[in-house]
Amino acid sequence: MEQQQLRVVAVGHVDHGKSTLIGRLLHDSGNLPDGKVEELRGISGRRGVDFEWSFVLDAMQSERDLAVTIDTTRLWMRTPERDVVLIDAPGHKEFLRNMVTGASDADAALLLVDAHDGVSEQTRRHALLLELIGVDRVVVAINKMDRVAYAQARYEDIRSELEALLGRIGIAATAFVPVSARNGENIVDVSTAMPWYVGPTIFASLLALPSRAARARSGLRVAVQGVIRRGLQRTLVGRIESGELAAGDDIVVAPAMRRARILSLDLWPPQDRTSARAGESVGFTLDGPLYVDRGDIICDIAHPPTLATSFRARLLWLGARPLAVGDTYRMRFGTRTAVVRVAAFERVVDIEALATESHRIAQTNDVAEIVLESSEPLSLDTVWDQPGLARFILLDGIDIVAGGTILATLARAGENVVPVGHLVDVDARIRRNGHRGAVVWLTGLPGAGKSTIAMELERRLFERNIATYVLDGDNLRTGLCADLGFSDADRAENIRRVAEVAALFADAGSVAIAAFISPSRRDRERARAIVGDGFAEVYVRASAAACERRDPKGHYRKARAGELPGFTGLSGTYETPESPDLVIDTEKLDLAVAVDRLEQFVRERVSLTLSV
Amino acid sequence: MNHLDELEARSIAILREAYFRVQPLCMLWSMGKDSTALLWLARKAFLGSVPFPVVLLDTEMELPEVYQFRDELSKAWDLDYINQLCPPESAMDPTLPPATRAAARKTVGLRELVTEKKYRGIIVGIRRDEQSMRAKERVFSPRTVEGAWDLKHQPAELWDVYHTDIPDGQHLRIHPLLDWTEVDIWRYTERENIPIVPLYLARDGMRYRSLGEKNITVPIASHASSIAEIIAELETTKAPERAGRKMDHESEDAFERLRTSGYM
Repeated sequence: MEQQQLRVVAVGHVDHGKSTLIGRLLHDSGNLPDGKVEELRGISGRRGVDFEWSFVLDAMQSERDLAVTIDTTRLWMRTPERDVVLIDAPGHKEFLRNMVTGASDADAALLLVDAHDGVSEQTRRHALLLELIGVDRVVVAINKMDRVAYAQARYEDIRSELEALLGRIGIAATAFVPVSARNGENIVDVSTAMPWYVGPTIFASLLALPSRAARARSGLRVAVQGVIRRGLQRTLVGRIESGELAAGDDIVVAPAMRRARILSLDLWPPQDRTSARAGESVGFTLDGPLYVDRGDIICDIAHPPTLATSFRARLLWLGARPLAVGDTYRMRFGTRTAVVRVAAFERVVDIEALATESHRIAQTNDVAEIVLESSEPLSLDTVWDQPGLARFILLDGIDIVAGGTILATLARAGENVVPVGHLVDVDARIRRNGHRGAVVWLTGLPGAGKSTIAMELERRLFERNIATYVLDGDNLRTGLCADLGFSDADRAENIRRVAEVAALFADAGSVAIAAFISPSRRDRERARAIVGDGFAEVYVRASAAACERRDPKGHYRKARAGELPGFTGLSGTYETPESPDLVIDTEKLDLAVAVDRLEQFVRERVSLTLSV
Repeated sequence: MNHLDELEARSIAILREAYFRVQPLCMLWSMGKDSTALLWLARKAFLGSVPFPVVLLDTEMELPEVYQFRDELSKAWDLDYINQLCPPESAMDPTLPPATRAAARKTVGLRELVTEKKYRGIIVGIRRDEQSMRAKERVFSPRTVEGAWDLKHQPAELWDVYHTDIPDGQHLRIHPLLDWTEVDIWRYTERENIPIVPLYLARDGMRYRSLGEKNITVPIASHASSIAEIIAELETTKAPERAGRKMDHESEDAFERLRTSGYM
């Protein structure tokens, strides 16, 4: 009876046919009300225009006149398996705020590209924004195949271009479907015009999308919405962002970081339940007279948020005035509002190249990475751990000017730690050392040569009076990370700790060389976010076959014998870097040449005289 | 969590955001299935009692069963009920078609209510699936001093980090039911055992699918005499819900004109 609902946002360039595709999808799946198409044909006739499938969506008069979607709209598609809500988002750049509004309500996306016109700037921008908003399940429709004579070669070209693009952004599409929305090819019915395509139709691809992932990732979070007082009882109310809330549990109230215990759940009509799960809106009471109010965050003791006064964020700038260093805004996250100042401007993501470019300001519709600081300690989560509470909006006066996510916390303030500014600043350290600090992150398959290269690089830099130190599995797994195993969660935590330690080395002025398989692209992106500007990703490349032949530590042999389940070289997945700062191919280069190249690269990056 | 649990949890969170962020605040109640389900959600959100006034924009044209339902439920649920009388049809924009003009009385009644009581938030039980104009709505949707909806310049609304700040004199429409569909409302009404106006159930082969004033709403042919039968009927019908609402169909842009000037 009650199927899991799926909300899908349709995005893409304004002229690539989203509204047409949705209109067609609803019609072909039998989801239009009786008489709707006839009504719209009649209206079109009276206006002297040809009927378009997009009219089904553009029910608003002004939109139909422009033949452009201005704001998001929603359509309901009922199927025997599940209900799908289609969110039609405008493709025009000037309505980007409406596109992200639609996307922020979606579980998945349908990305349209015109087969004739190909990938456009707006295609790239939308893909980038999907990642920012947190939509990572995507079906790609390569539309208007009729305009390219249903040519398979054209489809393959666009598909490979898009695959590379989405890969760099960190999105994996579940299907690339060649369609003609206007003619109904591969929408619901399998196309006869494209017999070379054997994959699913749009309809089948949407139904096959995996359901929403559980939110119980790491620990309890409830952003307190308010307090309901009845007599002497104070009931806190809020929605459980993640984790579980149960009577008797010990909790921490952030940002005051005071401890308390959950006394009971307070629900209406009264229920006997003593625990509630992620996603539920609940009321609950605490023992003791602890003062808790709107804006506070309830956490379990094992997973407290970080108290910090500054953090790195990625955001979409929607303001009419540019965003610039020194500007002050109000930030809303969870149920709290704080005043923040732009402390540093790191980069604007260039949409064409998807590269990061250094700018001093962000203009309307730019995606930028900046450092924000607050005068009071804020309890912050990062998007890697708690996406829900790591999302924020910025307000300028009463206008919403940005939406973004917290990538990493910087200056920390702990329960017993008073933030103290260093009396030696970064520039002073650089002058003393004669070089900058940096993190050189070597990633690659086991046996690709990371450790060998790292040790050789360390020796050479040392000989040139560059402060340096190698961090690798052997010196961290036995100490700092001795409590971690090899589950996905533990591996992610291991990489996070390495990145934090490496960032401290770099801060102190050293060149930290981190040699870790680090198979997950997401974990490496997080490492980059933690370290910031001084981070360089170096892909140490060698084929799996070559690595297994070398097998310097005998791991492949053990894995083949079944002794190392999930070993990255064999059964585990290694996600190849999409845009590493440097590639060292150890199959093509011999060791000395490989290290020469890497040494040159590092010295250029940390040098004070050479241009970087 | 199943689909209804998800919808319920989100609506409750929205109601709480509205109450803790926007004051003074009221909720419109037409006694229809949607606003009655919303009232039930408000009781859940605030642990049994509704902490803001509940307003009927009264044209004195509701069906008698509707008024009777109002009297019974206001008492049983101990509501802070306000009856806001709407100005007569003769005071409406004469260029509007007749049924639209009748519906516009509510728009003007609402404007007078906001002016009198200085409300900064009005909770309204509209749904996106009812009508294509409503599909474009935000959860927290600003209105100008005149009550107008500037749909071409709606602010961004990201995730559930709601933006609730508005200039003095303006108000927010708050829409906790936007994501619900007609059948969701019925399933929830059945599950939670929420009272309904009996006119929704078929008598003599006719029932009201959507309840408006008696001069501008007509019943549909139906044999659904229980909520379960209504749900079964909705599973198969392709007729739009508001087919019985005359003002939606008088002219192509009638509903758009109503909405932009402040209709719900």
